[in-house]
Amino acid sequence: MKVYRTHTLTITNFVSHYPKQIICFFTLALVIATLFFGQHIAENVQDIWRLLTGQAAPYQSIVVWQWRASRLFAALVIGAALGISGAVFQSLVRNPLGSPDITGFNVGAFTGVLLSIALFGNLYWFSVLGAILGGLFSALLVYIFAYRDGHSGFRLIIVGIAISATLSAFNQWLILSVSLETAMTAALWGAGTLNGITWVRILPAAVLIAAFILCAFLLNTRMKLLEMGDDTAAALGVSVNKTRLTLMFVGVALTAVATAITGPIAFIALAAPQIAKRLENSASTSLGSSALVGGLLLLSADFIAQHSWEGSTLPVGLITVSLGGIYLVFLIIREGRK
Amino acid sequence: MTATVTEIQQNKSNDPDYQALPELSLSTQSVTLGYDQTIITNNLSVDIPEGKFSIIVGPNGCGKSTLLRALSRLLPPKSGQVRLNGQDIHTLPTREVAKILGLLPQSAIAPDGIKVVDLVARGRFPHQKWFQPWREQDQIAVESAMKATGIMEFAQHHVDQLSGGQKQRVWVAMALAQETPLLLLDEPTTYLDIAHQIELMDLFQDLNRLQGHTMVAVLHDLNHACRYADNLIAMKEGKIITSGAPKDVVTEALIEDVFGLPCMILEDPVSGTPLIIPKGRQVSLSDKL
Repeated sequence: MKVYRTHTLTITNFVSHYPKQIICFFTLALVIATLFFGQHIAENVQDIWRLLTGQAAPYQSIVVWQWRASRLFAALVIGAALGISGAVFQSLVRNPLGSPDITGFNVGAFTGVLLSIALFGNLYWFSVLGAILGGLFSALLVYIFAYRDGHSGFRLIIVGIAISATLSAFNQWLILSVSLETAMTAALWGAGTLNGITWVRILPAAVLIAAFILCAFLLNTRMKLLEMGDDTAAALGVSVNKTRLTLMFVGVALTAVATAITGPIAFIALAAPQIAKRLENSASTSLGSSALVGGLLLLSADFIAQHSWEGSTLPVGLITVSLGGIYLVFLIIREGRK
Repeated sequence: MTATVTEIQQNKSNDPDYQALPELSLSTQSVTLGYDQTIITNNLSVDIPEGKFSIIVGPNGCGKSTLLRALSRLLPPKSGQVRLNGQDIHTLPTREVAKILGLLPQSAIAPDGIKVVDLVARGRFPHQKWFQPWREQDQIAVESAMKATGIMEFAQHHVDQLSGGQKQRVWVAMALAQETPLLLLDEPTTYLDIAHQIELMDLFQDLNRLQGHTMVAVLHDLNHACRYADNLIAMKEGKIITSGAPKDVVTEALIEDVFGLPCMILEDPVSGTPLIIPKGRQVSLSDKL
């Protein structure tokens, strides 16, 4: 009988015992930093207290509660949506590469947004609907082209990458062929950014995202059973096809709504579930931790985007793509060794 | 042999813990089965006798696994019906079916790093309702499934650390935790060494005789099938050639017909059941002398 060391307090041990607490701690620290740091906003704890209790001057209040808080809230919600979307797809495909930003569902969603802008102008709900339809359409394309006596996870991913590249090219063409003004909005958006987020923009999307996240949590048990193979899940009384289609819809919708608000942000959906899994040191990725890690990742990426370049703000998508590139190389090498 | 079975069955009724399982019937009514355009079996009817251990044998591609998939409602028939307790199995909610019929599939994937006890606990899914917490009866079912399969000592181990034989017992335990009166097994002993094969077959026999499960298995090994089956179903080219107690139905002519294998049949000195000795083209004993 093996004896496991359980009480040695090393950092790895500590992390794997309290993964959620640690993520929450870092998130909280970052939230405080994002909200209150900076000259003329809050110089000491008293200033922060005044802001919290609503006794601060109008200028500070507006900066913190209207501009910064909405952006921060958006980063957390969108990050959580992407994290859960990634966890759902990685579970469905049974492969850590099977995330919606690799298989191009976010590019498809962005195609939908672009088409809706080109056809109907820059209207909120049209963009959201366009994103969902675009995401579902690209998912359908991948599904059809990858079909050969059933679906292997790996083929879905390869076909997804191909569809994603095709749709990117189509998006470029769309941007080039619309009016200059629309093109500029779209191009800026295409990098994925939290600039210009307001409460009015993020709140309705947040409600939608919350609803889809709830669906994902309700299907969590079935999703885990599906990981054991279709036959095993079916034998346990899971309606395999119905469950898989619903999960795909939820996963696509989460990515799509996020994309409608911020444009395509890569890497979060890919990395969050895997990071969560390693932090928890557990068998399967939990949706809750994936959401938390996703939120924290996007928040920190946005923090870097806002503060790394003196005087201007980079699109957060740029940061996540650069970090994601490194992570992807690491992941491919690791999977290749198996 | 028969005497011991009756003894055990008499003991069952004296055992206060023994609960009679509900009436059970599973059959196919002239089903046509196949995948896409390929038809594997046509107009096949079979009855699974209640309380017996049925074993389906036949050469590769005869449709035995297809039949088992149809019986376990994984493969909807192109025509005809699979009936469970008198009702078309595909009209019943799949979760209700999962309370009656358990399956040990060939291709089960253990999630990375899952613990034995957690995997076995997944067998409780059909008994749990939305938002229902883990109940005492779930715990009891999981524990007795692990005891029956002898994996209690590995409960906290990771499944990927176990040997092939142990892993297979974990999957059996998961199916047992489902607490179904009916258990279907798709080639349960493939990839196991001979000792583990026998160990597992003995376990199935116990489940059948001591706990009253109705069992159906697809098996490759004819001698194991003859030794353990109450009811042997021999298939060839999508048809059932014969079925019945191995002692009554297994003949040299049958094996030659079904498998195209010339053989001799002896009496198994241990169990008294038919023992099949393939002739093959090898040098026979008389040549050696």
